[in-house]
Amino acid sequence: MGETLPRVPKGAKLRSDTWSRPVRTLRVKMVLLGSSGVGKSSLALRFGKDEFRTASPTVGCAYLTRVVHLSDVTLRFEIWDTAGQEKYHSVTPLYYRGAHAALLVYDLCKRETFIRAQVWLKELEKHYIPGSTVIWLVGNKGDLAQDRQVSVQEGQALANDRGLSFTETSALSGDQVSELLQAIAHRVYECIGAQQGGLSEWQETPLVDLHRKGTFNPFASCCKVGP
Amino acid sequence: MDGEAQRATASWENGTLAPVDRLRFERADSPTPGLVEGTEPGAGQKSAMFVHAQSFEDLTAEAEGEAQREALLEKSETDGAEELEVLNIASESKSKEEDVSSEAWRSHRKHVFVLSEAGKPIYTRYGTEEALSSTMGVMMALVSFVEAEKNIIRSIHADGCKVVFLTKSPLVLVGVSRTCQSDKEMLRELQYIYYQIVSLLTLTQLNHIFQHKQNYDLRRLLAGSEYLTDNLLHRLDRDPGLLLSAVTCLPLASSARDVVSASLQAAKAKSLVFSILLAGDRLVTLVRKKDQFLHHIDLHLVFNLVGSSSSFREGEGWTPICLPKFNTAGFFHAHISYLEPASSLCLILVSTDREDFFNMSNCKQRFLERLSKRSAYQALKEALKCPSYSVAQVGIPELRHFLYKSKSSGLYTSPEFPVVYQSDEEQERLMGLYQELHSHLHHPTRPLRSFYRCSKTENLLAWVTSGFELYLCFSPLGTKALAVAAANKLMKWIRKEEDRLFILSPLTY
Ligand SMILES: Nc1nc2c(ncn2[C@@H]2O[C@H](COP(=O)(O)OP(=O)(O)O)[C@@H](O)[C@H]2O)c(=O)[nH]1
Ligand SMILES: [Mg+2]
Repeated sequence: MGETLPRVPKGAKLRSDTWSRPVRTLRVKMVLLGSSGVGKSSLALRFGKDEFRTASPTVGCAYLTRVVHLSDVTLRFEIWDTAGQEKYHSVTPLYYRGAHAALLVYDLCKRETFIRAQVWLKELEKHYIPGSTVIWLVGNKGDLAQDRQVSVQEGQALANDRGLSFTETSALSGDQVSELLQAIAHRVYECIGAQQGGLSEWQETPLVDLHRKGTFNPFASCCKVGP
Repeated sequence: MDGEAQRATASWENGTLAPVDRLRFERADSPTPGLVEGTEPGAGQKSAMFVHAQSFEDLTAEAEGEAQREALLEKSETDGAEELEVLNIASESKSKEEDVSSEAWRSHRKHVFVLSEAGKPIYTRYGTEEALSSTMGVMMALVSFVEAEKNIIRSIHADGCKVVFLTKSPLVLVGVSRTCQSDKEMLRELQYIYYQIVSLLTLTQLNHIFQHKQNYDLRRLLAGSEYLTDNLLHRLDRDPGLLLSAVTCLPLASSARDVVSASLQAAKAKSLVFSILLAGDRLVTLVRKKDQFLHHIDLHLVFNLVGSSSSFREGEGWTPICLPKFNTAGFFHAHISYLEPASSLCLILVSTDREDFFNMSNCKQRFLERLSKRSAYQALKEALKCPSYSVAQVGIPELRHFLYKSKSSGLYTSPEFPVVYQSDEEQERLMGLYQELHSHLHHPTRPLRSFYRCSKTENLLAWVTSGFELYLCFSPLGTKALAVAAANKLMKWIRKEEDRLFILSPLTY
C-alpha cells in the first residue's frame, strides 16, 4: 500500500480544519504492531478521537486518520491498527511496508508481549530501509505500573541498543499519548520529511480519475472470481 | 413435544386452501401449492439474490463433491505463519473457566466440540479445551474405531442425550444435545461451525497445516476469534434465518430501497464482488457482480462477523475473509465500516484484491456522497427507528407469530416476538418448536408438505410449497380450520406488503 496507491479520499473520520491554510499537508503512514491485547486499538482510538473505550479484538486491520499540525506543515497520519493475532501474520507486511512510522507496542505488565515486540522488531528490520522508518517502542498500560513486569530501564535499554525511540503510555488515562503523537510527528518530519520523495503531499481531490466513464468493462474482470 | 400433541397432515391438495382467484399478471395474489417458484410473495423480479431453493439440503448433504470454483482468488499464504512461531504465547485466559467435572457443566443444553483428526482439542463451547483434552481424545477414538471398520459414526443416542458427529477432514465436530433436536438439525449447526472456522483460515490452509503437522494446535491460529464461534452458536439458538437458510430485510419502502441499491451499484470498482448494506442484523440491500451469487451461509458468516465485533466502529476495517460456500481456497478482503458513527448502518464491500483498501474506501465515500443527496437516505434513517413490525398489523387475532420464507429470493420475514414469548427461554422454546416443524418438512426420507399440531401452550402450522415455507404459531384455543384460514389471510397480507418486506429488484454491477 502506501505511495503507489491511488490518491486517498477524504477520510470520513478526518478532523480537517474547515478554513484553508496555506501550509502543505503531508501523508504519514503509521502502523501499530504488537501482541493482541496490549492496547494498540486503544492507542489508535486515543490518537484518532482522544477517547477510551473497550472494544472487541480487532478483526484484520483497522484504518483511521488523524491530522497533526506542526509549525510549518500539517501531517495527515494514516494509522493502520493491526490485529496482532497469528492468523493475520501473513497479511501484516502489507501494513508495515512503506510505513514512515512503526509503533512496537507491548503491555508493561506482560513480559511475553515485550518479547513479542522484539520478534516484531526483527521482522521489521528484515524489510527496513535505514532512514525511511521511525520505529518507536511503546510500553502501554502505564496506569497498571504496580503490576509491572518490564521495567522502564529495560524498555529504554532495548530502545538504546537498537536505535529506537521509547515512551511509556496509558491509553486508559491518556497519559503521554498526545505527547507521543507529537513526538512522532516531529521525528518523522525531521527524518523523512526533508528527504527527497520522503513524504508525499496529500490532496483532497480523490474522485476525479475514478469517476471517468467507460474506463473499465465490468465483464472484463468477471473471470477473476467467476466459476 | 408433549405426548398428547395431535398431529395431522392437512391436505391442501383437496382444495381447502387453494383460493379460487386467478393470477394477477403473472404473480399470484395468494399462492397455491401449484404456484410456480419465483412468483411467490417476496420473490425477486429479476433473478434470485442468493443461491436457489434447495439451500437446506445443500447445507446438510455431504456436498463434498461440489466442484470447487476455480476462482482466481489469491491462495492463502500458509507459510506466513512460521516466521513468528518463535514464541508460543498462550491464548489469553478465557472467561469460560468452568469446572468441566461439575453438574453445571454437564447440564448445558447443548455442547459443541471441535477437534483435529489427531484428537487435539480445537474448540469447546463451555469450559476450556485444556480441561477437556481427554474427553476429546475419547471422542476421536470413537470416530477412528468406527472408521477402521470402513464405517462412519453419525450419532449416539443415550440417556436423554444425543451425540452427533460430523467428520470434515481435517476437522471433527461433535454436538451433544439434551434437546429433542433431530440429528439433521444438529448436523446443520455443526456445518455452520465448520464453515465459521474455514472462513477464518480457508480450507487450503487447514489442510496444509495438518498435512505438515498432524499434531498442530489449531487454537493458536484461532486465538482471539473464539467469540465468533460462541456468537454463532448463540445465533443458531435464536435466529430464524439460520434455520430457514435465509436472511431478513429491514422493512423499507421499495422506492427508497431502490435508490439505496442504485447508489451502491454506482459505487463500483473492478475488484468489487459484493456490496452489502446492513442495518443491525437486517439486510438493507445487496449488490453483486453479475453472475456471482452470495450463499446465505456466507452471508450469515458476514453478519456474525459484523454483529460480534465492536471493533469496526472505530475507523474502517479491512480484513481477509474466506466465504467458504463461494470458495474454500482463498480469501476475499472485506472493507467494513459504519455509515455514521452512532448508526446501525454498516457497509461491507467485498473485494478480491488485498491491496485495494483505498479503492474500497473510495467506493464507500462515493456511495455516501451520492446517497446523502437523496431523500431516500432520510427515509432509510427513519426506517431504522422501527426495524421490525408487530403481528397485530396482520390483523389475525389468534395468530401469535410466524416465519415466511420466499424460496426463490432466499429472504424471509417475521414479526417481532409477541408478549407471550418475551423471555429468552420462551423465545428459544418457540425457536425449538419451529425447528421441529422444520425437520418434519425437511425429513430426509418422508418430508411432509404440511403439518399441524396442537399443544397446551400453542397450536402450530407449517406449510411448504415449491415457492415458499410458512410456519405459524397460534394461541392454543383455535382450530385447524381457523389456522388454515389464517394462513390464507396471512399470505394475502404478505403479498400486499411484499414491496416493503422484501428486496424485489436486486441489482448487479
Ligand atoms: N489498564 C489499561 N488497560 C488498557 C490500556 N489500553 C488498553 N487497555 C485494555 O486492554 C485490552 C486490550 O486493548 P486493545 O486496545 O483492544 O488491544 P489490542 O489488541 O492491542 O488492540 C482492553 O480491555 C483495553 O480496555 C491501558 O493503557 N491501561
Ligand atoms: Mg486491536
